[in-house]
Amino acid sequence: MSSLLSSFMSFSRINGDSRVAPFVVVLLVVTALASFCNLLMPADSVFYVSTYTITLLGKYLCYAMLALAVDVIWGYCGILSLGHGAFFALGGYAMGMYLMRQIGDRGVYGNPELPDFMVFLNWSELPWFWHGMDQFWVAMLMVLLVPGLLAYVFGWLAFRSRVTGVYLSIMTQALTYALLLSFFRNEMGFGGNNGLTDFKDILGFDLQSDNTRVTLFIVTALMLCGLLVLSKKIMQTRFGKVIVAIRDGESRARFIGYRTENYKVWLFVYSAMIAGIAGALYVPQVGIINPGEFSPINSIEIVIWVAVGGRGTLVGAIIGAILVNYAKTKFTAIMPDGWLFALGAMFVLVTLYLPKGLMGLVAQLKDQQLKGEQHKSQKAADNSPNEKTEEGHA
Amino acid sequence: MRYINAICACLLGLLISTSVLAEPPSEAQQPLLLELTEVKLNKALPVLQQLETTEGADMLALFKTMLNGDLYYEKESKRLIAALKEQSVTRYTDLFSGEELNDLSKNQVSKIKVNNKLRGYLGEAIARMQLNHPDSVVRKDAVRSLFSDLGANTIELIRTARLKEQSRSVQDVMDVALALYRTEHAAEATDRLQAVKVLEGSLEPEVRNQLTRLAENDPSRSVRKAAQTGLDKIDQKAEMYGFINQLFFGLSLGSVLLLAAIGLAITFGVMGVINMAHGEMIMLGAYTTYVVQLMLPNMIEYSLWIAVPLAFMVSGLAGILIERLVIRHLHGRPLETLLATFGISLILQQMVRTVFSPLNRQVATPDWMSGSIEINPLLSLTLNRLYIVAFALLVFMILLIVLKKTSLGLNVRAVSQNRDMAKAMGIRTDRVDALTFGLGSGIAGIAGVALSQLTNVGPNLGQAYIIDSFMVVVFGGVGNLWGTLVAAFTLGVANKFIEPVTGAVLASILVLVFIILFIQKRPKGLFPQKGRAAE
Amino acid sequence: MKIKHLVSGIALSMGASVLSVSAMAADTIKVGVLHSLSGTMAISETTLKDTVLMMVEEQNKKGGLLGKKLEAVVVDPASNWPLFAEKTRELLTKDQVDVIFGCWTSVSRKSALPVLEELNGLMFYPVQYEGEESSKNVFYTGAAPNQQAIPAVDYLMNDLGVKRWVLAGTDYVYPRTTNKILEAYLKAKGVAEEDIMINYTPFGHSDWQSIVSDIKSFGAEGKKTAVVSTINGDANVPFYKELGNQGISAEDIPVVAFSVGEEELSGLDTKPLVGHLAAWNYFQSVESDANSAFISQWKAFTGNPDRVTNDPMEATYIGFKMWTQAVEKAGTTDVDAVEQAMIGQETENLTGGMAYMNKNHHLSKPVLIGEIQDDGQFEVVWETEGVVPGDAWSDFLPGSKDLIADWTAPISCGNYNTVTKTCSGQNY
Repeated sequence: MSSLLSSFMSFSRINGDSRVAPFVVVLLVVTALASFCNLLMPADSVFYVSTYTITLLGKYLCYAMLALAVDVIWGYCGILSLGHGAFFALGGYAMGMYLMRQIGDRGVYGNPELPDFMVFLNWSELPWFWHGMDQFWVAMLMVLLVPGLLAYVFGWLAFRSRVTGVYLSIMTQALTYALLLSFFRNEMGFGGNNGLTDFKDILGFDLQSDNTRVTLFIVTALMLCGLLVLSKKIMQTRFGKVIVAIRDGESRARFIGYRTENYKVWLFVYSAMIAGIAGALYVPQVGIINPGEFSPINSIEIVIWVAVGGRGTLVGAIIGAILVNYAKTKFTAIMPDGWLFALGAMFVLVTLYLPKGLMGLVAQLKDQQLKGEQHKSQKAADNSPNEKTEEGHA
Repeated sequence: MRYINAICACLLGLLISTSVLAEPPSEAQQPLLLELTEVKLNKALPVLQQLETTEGADMLALFKTMLNGDLYYEKESKRLIAALKEQSVTRYTDLFSGEELNDLSKNQVSKIKVNNKLRGYLGEAIARMQLNHPDSVVRKDAVRSLFSDLGANTIELIRTARLKEQSRSVQDVMDVALALYRTEHAAEATDRLQAVKVLEGSLEPEVRNQLTRLAENDPSRSVRKAAQTGLDKIDQKAEMYGFINQLFFGLSLGSVLLLAAIGLAITFGVMGVINMAHGEMIMLGAYTTYVVQLMLPNMIEYSLWIAVPLAFMVSGLAGILIERLVIRHLHGRPLETLLATFGISLILQQMVRTVFSPLNRQVATPDWMSGSIEINPLLSLTLNRLYIVAFALLVFMILLIVLKKTSLGLNVRAVSQNRDMAKAMGIRTDRVDALTFGLGSGIAGIAGVALSQLTNVGPNLGQAYIIDSFMVVVFGGVGNLWGTLVAAFTLGVANKFIEPVTGAVLASILVLVFIILFIQKRPKGLFPQKGRAAE
Repeated sequence: MKIKHLVSGIALSMGASVLSVSAMAADTIKVGVLHSLSGTMAISETTLKDTVLMMVEEQNKKGGLLGKKLEAVVVDPASNWPLFAEKTRELLTKDQVDVIFGCWTSVSRKSALPVLEELNGLMFYPVQYEGEESSKNVFYTGAAPNQQAIPAVDYLMNDLGVKRWVLAGTDYVYPRTTNKILEAYLKAKGVAEEDIMINYTPFGHSDWQSIVSDIKSFGAEGKKTAVVSTINGDANVPFYKELGNQGISAEDIPVVAFSVGEEELSGLDTKPLVGHLAAWNYFQSVESDANSAFISQWKAFTGNPDRVTNDPMEATYIGFKMWTQAVEKAGTTDVDAVEQAMIGQETENLTGGMAYMNKNHHLSKPVLIGEIQDDGQFEVVWETEGVVPGDAWSDFLPGSKDLIADWTAPISCGNYNTVTKTCSGQNY
């Protein structure tokens, strides 16, 4: 009885229910403080936060959003996607196309219609898929639709024919690899290897001004909070419960009568859209989007962020993304050669010793504390064997 | 020159070192030879041309040595020296007397430089001199390398040589050469027509070019017509040989894929471990080849034979180590092994970067693997590719035998089919796991030896093949070696037949998309595993 | 021996990182180094990082600059293009460097460029590139297409009598532009459309069988054929191996490459490459006092007697020398002052003669064509008479033929249209 109770408790903890609200508060406070310190503090003050830091934080938050997207499907539905970088990049390209069109005749060749790289490839007119991208709302629609549609088609094909587990992971990797190769091609009309860059402004605001940067940062933070809360809500609905059921026993869920593939497809689409939004917010902040974002290694790295933070805990994924990327920034500055060693070791150690990530570790520590207290209070009451913490649902 | 392949060049090199020219250069040649040591690179051609025509000693050895870039002169005495590089040591001999000059040091000699213009000329001059060579193969190659430049002098030489020629096949190419000249220079239309008839059976590119010119420009209608018929015949054959060529390219790409994927077919297919460090096992094998060549600089010719077992051991041991330290603890959690092994792959890559530098390493190709076998002027198969196709098949057969006929193989199959039952039967599954993983990794190491002959040996070598390897295994059907074989060759051939139409980039994209769609249709690949083991 | 190199290499990189941490307090002039030390580009870029460190060390031995010591700040953008922008911002705002030496690929430069312009930094870019750019904040010390590609084609056409052309490249911006320029140039010289074959391959392409066989049959049409290769890095080795194996020698179909230098050759079996060509502004084999001093300094600095030098290293060397001269002339490290002082600077080339910084931020340099020798060095077979001024905007591309760059008053514009008399696309 007590074991059932504790396993229920640990389950709810794993779901991170109790953590979302405090996390959102902390995130918003940090965001507000950082923005305030950047805009209102004098540059020589101790409290001044440089624009460099703001952009860096903004980038971390975009990665966090991406990690959230992966956690939604991997942590809750057991679908390990090694191709989420593709959705991220597609969202980024949609935003990049909008920003390119905003340059107008301020490009180096001064062509009002065509982006520089097209002039230079001797193209005489805009390819069809670039039309309408000068409208912000069209571009934003594309940020959601393109990754969503790709995820729908891919997911519909894959889940319907019950491609699961490892096969699915490798197929997603093939997908992002194929996109990588395609976007490298100059004929595709996305600027080839150089990608899209040299953006000037967004919605009429200068991208290089501090105000715009801070605004973008705040938008990213708000968006992240919104998506976090939304994802949590979704997981609490009936839909979310079925998703978790599919993770824990897909055949059983199917036998009970659920069309599991439909649930999976829609969750996959949702997750892809989050990744798309993350990409769209990433591009104006870092100032470039190119095919490198499609590279399979990037996608695997995202999974690691989630694993480090703790899969199946939305907050954990976010924290994992921020921590790993912070470590990366620090590490590459101190000893560039060591970074890959550290990253590699992290992969191995986390999977071996922290299967539930940092959040799992925290939960475990708390558990022990709790148990210790219980132990103290009912010392020598009974000699029930120490229960091991239950194994993960691999 | 185009047809003198590397093997010939090597034989020539041996000839020079052994043959001794007793005859000293004549009075008329002496000043020219002296000039050769002094003249600037862009003024050397006339000197050589004079040397070719001046009476006196045979200049063949001089020309050959020069063509190989082995011609030096002693700075003081200005006498010409041939250098023979035996791996790390260079030996010098006097070019004309053959006397060994062992006490000469590197700073006492200076190289006589060659550029492409000179190389081109030397190749032709050597061919002219070799029209009377005792070996009929050399004579034939000599005539053929003269095709591209048939001047009146050369034709005269060929004509005289033709009279003495005994070998049927050499006579044929000589006739083609003479006919080529006649189609160009004969005034009579009937003469040209006759020459065109001679040309008809030949597949030489020069013949085709000449026929094209004749079919368009010849004043006589009948010659134009005959040339056109000849051309059509050649084109027909060219099409067929082109197809065979493409098929060979496809098979050779397939064999590379097979080699890269076959180790994975064991670790992934049989054990169910997604080994993202598989590419790095290949890389370790390639670096083993490099180290072998570094340690034994005098045995490049045999280095691969030493490298194959060594690479198997190095990668195999690395594999066992990985299995013992990491994978064992992640049993039954395939997605986690994927992450952990990816971490290992990063560590291995960086390790190689630290130990061997991030630069690509130089791995030499042994002479027996360079060059190509020429079946006819339109179809030649490169030797290294041929060897690799054979090698891939050999490895595949050995692996098949190991799995089917040995007790290890039996255990491996038992464990992969039903682990618990196997355990109950007394099989030490953990030991079998380690050995299986070691076997798969070792095979990857062998693949690395083969790949070191085709591509760069650098830290990124493994990365380039990992995705392809997974595609092959998944496409073929996990757990089925024959599936891997069929999949590798299918993908290789498909790629090579799409490439000419779409270009290389689009071809690989199309193949990827095809696999993605195929897996949706047949989630378990071409040859799905049947029975309970499949679930 | 190998181990020794290794240890010295590690010590070197450790030293570099320590260097960037320490010595914050003293009043120094900071030199940012923005080269990838990890990832795919580390192969090429680490060498340039070491070159800059060597130059800094040498300058400090001479007593520094303006009475201050130079301090190198090394960061690692890890071959990750967005990271180039981030690290540029870090160098300019956090470390407040006075100048940056960095970037290799065009995309990394394009990524860093907006940040440089926003924060008014100064960067020296040392690699041959496709042109079509001139920023106030960047000095381009590598070759523009007219300093590498066009002279190479001239040489092939005039000296070797080449009539048919294969333009083979990796599918990215540099080969695309170079081939576009070459195609226009060849057509202007009367080469027919069917005598030009253009082929693009992906990065790291390793299976060259079909392409080489196409080149072979393209070359068998009776006219002298040459390959102009803009194939990038890793794909080169398999390409040349395949050429050798299919029996195509340098006498039949010479290949002239723009991205194969001494450093690349040191990593491969040169046998199949002997006789093929490369066009650069510098070869290690050129005999001059400055060059031999530079080579021995480099070998001593790296502690490796087998290390080779190459063209981007010379470009870094020239850039660094010019920057120190300009700082001395301006008497300050202020970017605007140094930028104006840079124009018209002259420095000795390592191959002899003087390099000159033009108004368009590109150098005037000599162009050399070398044949690959079996020891991995080049034998110079041809060189331009005098120096060739780098052209920021190609005259052979329709989009850019009216554009010029001139950073002196009254134009002061990187892309000035000589027809409409306007300066397009500038932020300032």
